[in-house]
Amino acid sequence: MSILGTRVIRTEDPRFLTSGGVYTADVEDEQLAGACHVHFVRSAVAHARITAIDISAALEAPGVIAVFTGADLDDLPVPAPMMAGMINAQMGQPLLARDVVRYVGEPVAVVVTEGRYQGEDAGDLVDVDYETLPPVIDMRTATDADAALLFPAAGTNVAATMGDASALAADLFDGCEVVVSRTIVNQRVAPAPMETRAAAAVWEPDGRLTAWIPNQGAQGTRSSLAGMLGIDEAALRVITPDVGGAFGAKFGADPEHGVVCWVARQLGRPARWTETRNENLVGMTHGRAQVQKVTIGGSRDGTVGAYRIEILQDSGAYPRFGAFLPFLTILMAPGPYAFPRAEAVATSVVTNTTPVGAYRGAGRPEATAAVERAMDLFAAEIGQDPGEVRRKNLLARFTEPHLTAFGALYDSGDYVAALDAALGAAGYSGLREEQVKRRAAGDVIQLGIGLASYVEITGAGAEAGGPRENASVEVHPDGSATILTGTSPHGQGHATVWAMLASEELGIPVDRITVKWGDTDLIPEGGGTGGSRSLQQGGVAVQQASRELLDVARERAAAMLEANPADLVFEPERSAFEVAGDPDAAVPLAKLATEERLVVRTVFIAPGATFPFGTHVAVVEVDTETGKVVLRRMVTVDDAGTVINPLLAEGQRHGGIAQGAAQALLEEVVYDADGNPLTATFADYPFLSATEVPSFELADMATPTSYNPLGVKGIGEAGTIGATPAVQNAIIDALAHLGVRHIDMPASPQRVWRALQEVPAGKDA
Amino acid sequence: MQIELTVNGAPRSDEVEPRLLLVHYLRQRCGLRAANVGCDTTSCGACTVLVNGRSVKSCTMLAVQAAGQEITTAEGLAAGGEMHPVQQAFRQEHGLQCGFCTPGMIMQAAWLLADNPDPDEAEIRTGISGNLCRCTGYVNIVKAIQQAAGDMAAAAETQTGSPVAAG
Repeated sequence: MSILGTRVIRTEDPRFLTSGGVYTADVEDEQLAGACHVHFVRSAVAHARITAIDISAALEAPGVIAVFTGADLDDLPVPAPMMAGMINAQMGQPLLARDVVRYVGEPVAVVVTEGRYQGEDAGDLVDVDYETLPPVIDMRTATDADAALLFPAAGTNVAATMGDASALAADLFDGCEVVVSRTIVNQRVAPAPMETRAAAAVWEPDGRLTAWIPNQGAQGTRSSLAGMLGIDEAALRVITPDVGGAFGAKFGADPEHGVVCWVARQLGRPARWTETRNENLVGMTHGRAQVQKVTIGGSRDGTVGAYRIEILQDSGAYPRFGAFLPFLTILMAPGPYAFPRAEAVATSVVTNTTPVGAYRGAGRPEATAAVERAMDLFAAEIGQDPGEVRRKNLLARFTEPHLTAFGALYDSGDYVAALDAALGAAGYSGLREEQVKRRAAGDVIQLGIGLASYVEITGAGAEAGGPRENASVEVHPDGSATILTGTSPHGQGHATVWAMLASEELGIPVDRITVKWGDTDLIPEGGGTGGSRSLQQGGVAVQQASRELLDVARERAAAMLEANPADLVFEPERSAFEVAGDPDAAVPLAKLATEERLVVRTVFIAPGATFPFGTHVAVVEVDTETGKVVLRRMVTVDDAGTVINPLLAEGQRHGGIAQGAAQALLEEVVYDADGNPLTATFADYPFLSATEVPSFELADMATPTSYNPLGVKGIGEAGTIGATPAVQNAIIDALAHLGVRHIDMPASPQRVWRALQEVPAGKDA
Repeated sequence: MQIELTVNGAPRSDEVEPRLLLVHYLRQRCGLRAANVGCDTTSCGACTVLVNGRSVKSCTMLAVQAAGQEITTAEGLAAGGEMHPVQQAFRQEHGLQCGFCTPGMIMQAAWLLADNPDPDEAEIRTGISGNLCRCTGYVNIVKAIQQAAGDMAAAAETQTGSPVAAG
């Protein structure tokens, strides 16, 4: 029986459950003995010129080894923003602020101490004089004529534009009986992995740097760090310890990582840094942060004729991946719908806030949120059921790739089936009946049902020649095996699933297969884990390497058995080749590895990205007197092709759904008008807890893709993409009969209550 | 200050700075790094340990306050080389992903079940609401605790030959 598709429990779990993972702060290595601690002094103001920094008192404090400011790092280049050519090149971030600070939390200086507590003490003694500058906090004011410029040399606060906003078609909605337009906010949220950022760095006597950094791909982190430090990638080894969650925010390296490495070089001594949660919430990139104007038009029979989205993206103070997010939002703008006409444009601006980066879904949740809100606005306007309006406009089932107006090539899809499956699993008609009853009775607690149909892009990659990943598989003389992968798990369970894939081919038990990743000396190439790429590229590469290894082994076995290779059959139960019809003439793989290493490295090149899809149904109760929302049910269909380990695929869905629901219900990074963060601790940032969500109901659907031999697509981000608009739509649906058409996220009691108060007169039920 | 205490069953005596947090004492002085620090505000519970059998967030307690107390960390939960039923159930039900919240979460779950051996889902959710997890959406954590409760009840029944009387 095949192991693929079965609920194999994780091989990596026992140590996490007994001794705990070895995260960067836990790393013990003799090279790190006597490491100093790096403490960052961060800007307390959003926008200011630094007029003086007095470090004298800090230098006198107990345990202080050194204090460095931006001026000390003048041997380092100011890295240009990523996405060269797309992002304004004048907007690079120095590793420590030079002359000007542009957000609260920007690193200004470092205090290096013997002990960690001493750094916190001495950091308070660094005296920075600021001459405040007018801040730009609300992205909607960033392009005002009187807005301060964050980078005067750039001459603008616009970091990037996509599409031509001046060339929008005047006639896009001609012929539409109904046109609805609405500005909606996809608010800024914090990725907030449970493990904060950290680093440990040591320069070896030969001038080579070893850096332990929690990341999503050691190879990408190596490139980022080498660029920051102005060194050759070959002079740098990045090791990835266990990583306590990342969610898109641990790709590459952050300025702080570069500084820690620089300090270690400067002092000739290993250096370590582990940030506090407070630092994490102002220093790690945030996610989402878009204001979207959606316009949708169509006929009263429910057919959409045209859709437009105009995106304003807050990049934060320094353009990072966030400035690029609208590219993905535009790519996926029409979602799963067959809109005859669609337009999308975007502007990314800088503001005096924490830089924005990738967060689980990265640009695609924003696309889905916009179009799913638009569909509901349209359905409400014409008085039709949101499910019916979706069904009427979804692309019909297709098995050959479908090219959208925005250049996305959807590999395969059956969106109506996903919608029907989700509605069926939720008991949709029964829910609507219950809703009608509560509305008729004027219940204080109203029922809301929200839908979100989605299609997303996974495994896009940017490699020339197609998205790819490498793997190597080696069988050892003792019958065990080792896999090296260029992916980088941080909770996803690659150690188990990659072993399952090799076990399926090689007949070696999963618990005898070791999976290694995250050491650039051992695995120089790799794309890491993000964009839901790992299984469909890295996992497939493991399968491919295992099959190629069998080809090599077959030749060796044939020589050993003095048989024709074509006459040999591989028996997975014995992990051995045998001569067809003569089981006694057999040789196990292990024996074929005794004379010469039995190892194969391969690269799987994917024909393109894949496009998972599904439908989420959220059921909420809303207290019409207090505005309190309770999420009662989440029913989801997430079709990511073939499922290799349902236990882990469900785990990915659960986590994504929770994060997606959290954005609709609770989470928001808030700044005051001066740019002071008001959500800089877990006491203030409303991180989702167990009491705020129900157990989710998952329905299965699996349409294999033809883009890889496993038939798999990505599952890591589906939850955030579908859940957010489903929950938001449900909350508004609960109050639709009272005239409420839209409530921005998060649906705090205050915001819901206010929406009820603001219902135009005459709309009351 | 000099403190004497018991950590995972072994007596210890250490000289500590009065402001040293218990979690940092455990991690730095005892080399017990299962308990993690996930926040600065006693919000996340990644550092949860048992003090005299009761769950405590070890970032909210000073090492000196632990003098004379019995501390149990995730490293000390397994007995005789066999994982505690909570640990086994977390593995069985995929109740962990990145693992960072896990040592705190299982200590909280162990205490929760010691306090209430047969909790319903709402009681479990409330019981772990001070322990944050970003990966699992809590679904499989709840399932794991339900599973552990069942396993522990069944084990108790086997041991006594009859169902354990409530209370």
